[in-house]
Amino acid sequence: MTDLIPAATTLAAAATGHGFLSPTGVEIAFVLVGLATLGAAFVTVTTKQLVHAALWLVVALGGIAVEYLLLTAEFIAWVQVLIYLGSVVVLLLFGLMLTKAPIGRSPDADSNNRWVALGVALVAAASLVWVVVDAFRTTWIDLDGPAQGSTKVSGEILFQHWVLPFEALSVLLLAALIGAIVLSRKDTAAGGTDDDTNTKGQQR
Amino acid sequence: MHLAYPAVLAALLFCTGLYGVLARRNAILVLMSVELMLNAVNLNLVAFDVWLRDALHGGQALTLFTIAIAAAEIGIGLAIVLMVYRNRGTSDVDRLRDTAEGHEPAPNDQTAPNNQSEVTA
Repeated sequence: MTDLIPAATTLAAAATGHGFLSPTGVEIAFVLVGLATLGAAFVTVTTKQLVHAALWLVVALGGIAVEYLLLTAEFIAWVQVLIYLGSVVVLLLFGLMLTKAPIGRSPDADSNNRWVALGVALVAAASLVWVVVDAFRTTWIDLDGPAQGSTKVSGEILFQHWVLPFEALSVLLLAALIGAIVLSRKDTAAGGTDDDTNTKGQQR
Repeated sequence: MHLAYPAVLAALLFCTGLYGVLARRNAILVLMSVELMLNAVNLNLVAFDVWLRDALHGGQALTLFTIAIAAAEIGIGLAIVLMVYRNRGTSDVDRLRDTAEGHEPAPNDQTAPNNQSEVTA
């Protein structure tokens, strides 16, 4: 994916003093972790073993957390590890097990229209990559100076400038919690004879 | 760091998730692909926030909000998928075609006999 960029931006790089032929260590680390993340994401959407898809999703989300760290957004990186790797993947695994997903290879994991989906995804990828490379080929992120996403900075901006959205979000989370409980609750009139294993998965 | 690196990575991750949403058949795998798309957007938000050096850090605050909303979304989504599975015996999105036009119900669906009127996902 990085082959497209140098040819398009050699002139701009020479003009501003940043060079692609001498990438910084942060850039090399970003590209390597990005390739690992992308590979894990590809395996997640193509593997035929459902549980393996959830486990490769852990690798992809963890790679994104490392990218946040490289972009000096430390607090968001740890929030990503806590919420995505800690709870969302566990919730997905619970969902897979509660819907009795097959353990081995399941040949019908992919739909019949996967070639159409592949075409749509490739066209979207080509157009998006072309647009962002063309738009941002002369912009550099300045990562020097104090970290912009440390816990102190995040706490200050969150509780000074974003308090009202924060509180509204807590109300939304409460509504989602109640909604999940109501949706997954047994209807005692209709389905009282089922086993009660289904109610465990939705308790977050 | 060049801004194109995180932007291109986010675009490719988004398209990977797009392929997963369109090509997968199991509803939980579709939810996983939606998570990939949301994470691509979050990466864009963080990268542009660090680039712009916004005094309010709107990108990072919005990323935190997006992560929390994604957690709520995955909880509600899994509850819906489990309810559909309990009522229909399948979590296959190709078989949930009750509201589709011009399609007969699949001949091999395993619909429970007493739940014909349940809503689909």
